[in-house]
Amino acid sequence: MHRFANPARFQRLATAILPWSAGATVVLLVVGLYFSLFASPPDYQQGDTVRIMYIHVPAAWMSLFVYTNMAIAAACGLVWKHPLADLFAKAAAPVGAGFTAICLITGSLWGAPMWGTWWVWDARLTSVLILFFLYLGYMALVNAFDDPQRGMRAGNVLLLVGIVNVPIIKFSVEWWNTLHQPASVMRMDGPTVAAPMLVPLLIMAVAFTLYFVTVVLLRLRAEIVQRRIQTMRLTQAAE
Amino acid sequence: MTRKKRRLYMLGLALLGLGTAAALTLTAFEDNIVFFYSPSDVQTRDVGDRNFRLGGLVEAGSVKKLPDGLTTEFMVTDTVNSVAVSYRGQLPDLFREGQGIVAEGTLNGARVFVAREVLAKHDENYMPPEVADAIKRAGVFKDPAKTADGMAEKAAATTVPAASQSTSKE
Repeated sequence: MHRFANPARFQRLATAILPWSAGATVVLLVVGLYFSLFASPPDYQQGDTVRIMYIHVPAAWMSLFVYTNMAIAAACGLVWKHPLADLFAKAAAPVGAGFTAICLITGSLWGAPMWGTWWVWDARLTSVLILFFLYLGYMALVNAFDDPQRGMRAGNVLLLVGIVNVPIIKFSVEWWNTLHQPASVMRMDGPTVAAPMLVPLLIMAVAFTLYFVTVVLLRLRAEIVQRRIQTMRLTQAAE
Repeated sequence: MTRKKRRLYMLGLALLGLGTAAALTLTAFEDNIVFFYSPSDVQTRDVGDRNFRLGGLVEAGSVKKLPDGLTTEFMVTDTVNSVAVSYRGQLPDLFREGQGIVAEGTLNGARVFVAREVLAKHDENYMPPEVADAIKRAGVFKDPAKTADGMAEKAAATTVPAASQSTSKE
């Protein structure tokens, strides 16, 4: 791990990975969307409305996956003071917030025809909304200090406090009565989604993950360059 | 102990404390976090004439349209207890017998739940229509205890014997 904490080595690694992850994202998104929208069967109860699932569910998974990664990076940043760990959390935050927003919006669009309502305050919907606010709060907090180091520190603490929300989101549908359905894929007794619908769902999930990898590498690269410019300006001003 | 080690332990302790606090808070507020009561909850709790949500499965063969064309009467069950529901208005597309629903309203004097809003709940099963037909033909379709997310199991576990005179099954 420590080897990749070196920004110069990271830059070389990112340059090597980026074209592959970007290409794979495009290919998988095209294939995944084709299967999701055209080459998969309608649901026996929901008909074609089920196609919202292929966007909604991967976005929801990503919202939790990205946050968990940010919290792990925050812990590394606080304990081992890795410069890249802090920057990773900062680079990933807007992407995670975007996934959460997509999850909330598509969920609302799905709820209207199926449940008969755009929004309810049940445990699942409320905890995901809190996750969205945690992302926004983190981004605001990191940028609220003149000294970027202090901003990062405060942001890392917020990320670690917010991590309690992740298991709450995941298990909300089991611990309490909710209007939201329980898990269909990540459950102990195996998925309850038929294979022709599960395959496009998983393709989309991989595509979303690769998209995240691509965008975070790009953003991290930009953050590192920006840091370098700042340091050069400071030394110049000091001379 | 190095400083890194100490920071790591502090972080671990802080997270443990935070997790415990969150778990205690959520347990304490359990009643306010549940989105709806099951028919068994309605039997065991004093709901009074308060506004609340009732969730369960629409009992098979219980749906009646009244002659005014707007009011629907049906039973909501968790397979242990049931509650009669009366609703005036348009029902969601997914509303049908055996379907999980959540209704908001109040219990009237005759222990009938007068709903102001009815929402449909869909379960975690997704399959193409042909597969659903095949399963239906095989006769193993929709075990109601398994649909509304084990609501029935939860209810069976919490029901006390005094509440066993159910209002259901005409």
